[in-house]
Amino acid sequence: MQDLLEQITVCIERGKVNGKSPYPPDMRGQDGADELVSKALGAGVPATDILERALIIGMGNVGQKFSENKVFVPDLLMSAKAMTAAMKHLKPFFESGQAKHKGTFILGTVQGDLHDIGKNLVGMVMEGGGWKVVDLGVDVSAEKFLEALKQNPGSVVGLSALLTTTMVNMEKTVKLLKQHDAKATVLVGGAPLTNEFAKKIGADAYSPDPQGALNYLTDRHSRN
Amino acid sequence: MKRITQTLTGGRVLISDGAWGTFLIRKGLRPGECPELWNVEHREAVLEIARSYVEAGSDAISTNSFGGSAFKLAHYGLSDRVHELNRAAAAISREAAGPNRFVMGSIGPTGKILMMGDVTEEELYEAFKGQSLALADGGADACLIETMTALDEATIAIRAAKENTPLEVICTFTYDRQMGGRYHTMMGVAPASMAEAALAAGADIIGVNCSLGPGEMPPIVRELRQAAPNTPILVQPNAGHPVVKNGLDTYSETPETFARFVPELMASGAGFLGACCGSGPDHIRAIAAATAGRRA
Repeated sequence: MQDLLEQITVCIERGKVNGKSPYPPDMRGQDGADELVSKALGAGVPATDILERALIIGMGNVGQKFSENKVFVPDLLMSAKAMTAAMKHLKPFFESGQAKHKGTFILGTVQGDLHDIGKNLVGMVMEGGGWKVVDLGVDVSAEKFLEALKQNPGSVVGLSALLTTTMVNMEKTVKLLKQHDAKATVLVGGAPLTNEFAKKIGADAYSPDPQGALNYLTDRHSRN
Repeated sequence: MKRITQTLTGGRVLISDGAWGTFLIRKGLRPGECPELWNVEHREAVLEIARSYVEAGSDAISTNSFGGSAFKLAHYGLSDRVHELNRAAAAISREAAGPNRFVMGSIGPTGKILMMGDVTEEELYEAFKGQSLALADGGADACLIETMTALDEATIAIRAAKENTPLEVICTFTYDRQMGGRYHTMMGVAPASMAEAALAAGADIIGVNCSLGPGEMPPIVRELRQAAPNTPILVQPNAGHPVVKNGLDTYSETPETFARFVPELMASGAGFLGACCGSGPDHIRAIAAATAGRRA
């Protein structure tokens, strides 16, 4: 079983989706995340073990390498694709309550900004870390974020902006969310942001890369 | 009229323009508004930007069409107006440039990622073909395929412009500084790989723009020069980095501090110089003054 979990971890980290996938070239012809997760479930490996001891570890490894500039966006995207293929098999276990998400993460690019690549990467890494992601898309108003938080009480909210002209819209959103629930956790990210800016607008944390956001929430989780 | 490449290989330094996006915002473009729609709805304002760069000394100006692909215009429900909006963009810059300066039709990334299956190669090719045809129709001399990060998307854009228009093709990528001091695009492309792929696809001029300030670009220009010893290089740095002051963003490099980097950029291999986000006509004036008397 340990062997199977290790193989799955490698598939996630390297972005090996399934047997047919030509990527990565050195794993051509081998089973991918799709087949191996199905095999593990068939062999009686609990879904939570597959999630905790393979998928989350594989995504964590690639996320860490990404934040160290050892791999780039395409690598992260392929890992996320492999993760999606694996999660498809685990869906029934989440529905029955046998497997549980770490929490809900509401995500969107702030009003006026149409950039979604950075936001999508954050979503993939959070999902890879075991979070349920509610993606509100791009050009999301403060009111829409609030509505999503009301529908998913206790969720963490992540705001993204690529433009210096739209990052100022983050402040309004943070204020509105904190007004509704002073304990709501709001994370911010995007190319023009800084830690200083995040503090100034009242956000709980800033991360220059997706893994940093996940690590922040994991640390906080383990403290509680 | 001579072509841009001919002028540059003749040893003359050329000056491009500076920012359009941040300039449009200063003129009143609101967040969430389509910049390319201004080519028909606020034509005068766009023409004023183009004219201000001509007056500042630009030999070549670009067009207000960075987000003019069918994919980007679709965000605003305007994907059926690709030809009209891009043609208008080129016509405005042509009007400002007159017959003796160059017009480079701006083509930015579509925001789609091929390897994720967001879009097919054919769909991308058609989108870039449509945009470059319209820019040619409006009077552009060249297509400026700019701020690219992915080799596949950029080479498809270069081929689409080359195979369907008589225009010269310029291609610039945007890089980030990675840990360890190397430069890569967010898609992991190093300057040398970009140079090789862009030339193979048919680019006439290659270069680097946006993301970084002028002091950070010489190593990238040197790597491009090494990979492509005979190709003219365009460099368009941001005016440094954005600094938020009282809710307004300003950029760290003034025209004077920016211009101090011109000799090093030229020594690294750039013969075609301008600027990107946060810059304005005063930056261009300072760059032009700093190149005076120098040969590319």
